Amino acid sequence: MSKSGMFGSQGSGDTSGFGGLVKTQTVIGSTERPYGGYFDQVADDLERAYPLFSDAIEKVVVDRGELTLFIKPSRLLEVAKILRDQLKFEMCVGVNGVHYPEEVNRQLHAIYSLLSITRNQRIRLEVCVSETDPHIPSLVEIWAGTNWHERETYDMFGIIFDNHPGLTRILMPDDWSGFPQRKDYPLDGIEIEYKGATVPAPSQRRSYS
Amino acid sequence: MTTFTDPYASSQETTEGRVYSVTGGDWDALVTEIGATKEERVVLNMGPQHPSTHGVLRLILELEGETITETRCGIGYLHTGIEKNTEFRNWTQGVTFVTRMDYLSPIFNETAYCLGVEKLLGITNDVPERATVIRVMMMEFNRISSHMVALGTGALELGALSPMIFAFREREKVLDIFEMLSGLRMNMAYVRPGGVAQDLPQGALQKIRETVKDLRINFKDNEKLLVGNSIWIKRTQGVGYLDLAGCTTLGITGPVLRSTGLAWDLRKAQPYCGYEDYEFEIPTTDTCDVYGRFLIRMKELEQSLRIIEQCVSKLEKLEGQPVMVADKKIAWPSRLSVGADGMGNSLNHIREIMGESMEALIHHFKLVTEGFRVPAGQVYTAIESPRGELGVNLVSDGGTRPYRVHFRDPSFNNLQSTPAMCEGGLISDVVAAVASIDPVMGGVDR
Repeated sequence: MSKSGMFGSQGSGDTSGFGGLVKTQTVIGSTERPYGGYFDQVADDLERAYPLFSDAIEKVVVDRGELTLFIKPSRLLEVAKILRDQLKFEMCVGVNGVHYPEEVNRQLHAIYSLLSITRNQRIRLEVCVSETDPHIPSLVEIWAGTNWHERETYDMFGIIFDNHPGLTRILMPDDWSGFPQRKDYPLDGIEIEYKGATVPAPSQRRSYS
Repeated sequence: MTTFTDPYASSQETTEGRVYSVTGGDWDALVTEIGATKEERVVLNMGPQHPSTHGVLRLILELEGETITETRCGIGYLHTGIEKNTEFRNWTQGVTFVTRMDYLSPIFNETAYCLGVEKLLGITNDVPERATVIRVMMMEFNRISSHMVALGTGALELGALSPMIFAFREREKVLDIFEMLSGLRMNMAYVRPGGVAQDLPQGALQKIRETVKDLRINFKDNEKLLVGNSIWIKRTQGVGYLDLAGCTTLGITGPVLRSTGLAWDLRKAQPYCGYEDYEFEIPTTDTCDVYGRFLIRMKELEQSLRIIEQCVSKLEKLEGQPVMVADKKIAWPSRLSVGADGMGNSLNHIREIMGESMEALIHHFKLVTEGFRVPAGQVYTAIESPRGELGVNLVSDGGTRPYRVHFRDPSFNNLQSTPAMCEGGLISDVVAAVASIDPVMGGVDR
């Protein structure tokens, strides 16, 4: 991945020189065992409880003292059920989306933070899908609390959570078009139709200078 | 058929049935008109402008008589796109944004965010102890001010006016402390990556000690107004029931979870900011109801005071220690001092960067405009806010601005439990149940 510019400025106006910088982003690779801490225990438990472990898990990342399991969308439901019932991760505290436009066929990531009160441990699941086919099975039947979090992730990123009981927008208006947290969505918004007139986004308005 | 003359209280026919707009005018006329219809089922829209919905929360209640058969929450009226905005500012500026999310617990938002940034930077252990103790003290004061609003407005919504006056009076004293320490009463942007914005002013600890003494006496008065009050008990006991199984599947944390008897508090379970070094207890009840949740909040006030007292004695020993990380690549270069015109940069610092050292000026300019770089990666940090687990997902691409900032706000999550608490109950109990969740819409909608 590479990224150019410092402040995201294009065209004129940038006299600082930062606009010419190009820097490379690093994609953190898979971590090899031992993972350290309780992570090996979690991985062992999951491997024992779930025979298809090696097929379902794309990669395991341990970074900054946190464990992330990258899981294939098609296997998410099974893994989640085992994590809840057998590994005692009773809570899914939230779902978070991240948009990586440069990652081919894996532009949209859904990130689930799991908490086990019994074990007093946390792990993270990450599921990657493409922009063209952004389908992930909903985990509402496993953890009812993911209901609103999945709606928010749909609202902001356009990830479709299959079999969600009511996947509608939650923060943006119901008839909104576009997914605001995607990287290609402008910060200052899009043009708005109001009482028959169209109000352009601030950057598209008439300039008086 | 009654005709409404009030232009804001009219009725119209829709495909879903007749819709009435009510703004509090002539209720008798409405009752007569609705009474004439054969329909038993009424869908009531409560909010988003309603005094009992804690801000702009919209509740859609399906009623049969006064019994609620179905509840839905409509949120998003306060969505301001803070998460998106932070992606266009540097990491330090992010503090100013996130403090405005849950506006009743700004210090918690700031601390959770800064702990995340520090974890990404790998400087968690380099944050000076004095800064950490100040953070803890500010957080506990903030817990008090937030709980005072929860108790005060909760009581107000159930018809008790005096506790609200008392609670807001005490909250005012805490806000005065915030003003003395940070210059602002709310949205302070006081906690910064690497430490806090400035050290305590002269005489601060003495003032804090006096305020703690004062609060402790007045909390007892406030408690007496509610705990044994028979109306309060009748309105809250056995209302808004949610047990442990419900809490775990819905991801509920904070006082609502602790009202089921489980002493789950991240300050004890997964300590951060050195909470393992403080002596305090986690109050619980096993009533699973509104009464228990308010009782927990009242008892938490005393525990917060205990922690603050321990902070004060720690701060006395740490007098003169730094409050910002030593790394000059991260610490803000300015030296704040109170000038004749209030707060600002110290004249010595201005003299240095403007007259003495070109390098100092360049460094100041780079750090303030461009900001510091944060190594690529992803972290999740969680702290115990007054409402439960406040989690922050941060993603960095190695640049000077966040790639993604996501707040797992406890209000957002906990509000999901409204249907579980309300359905099957009476409409008057909805107000009590929602008040016991203590949602802050700034945090819910972000």
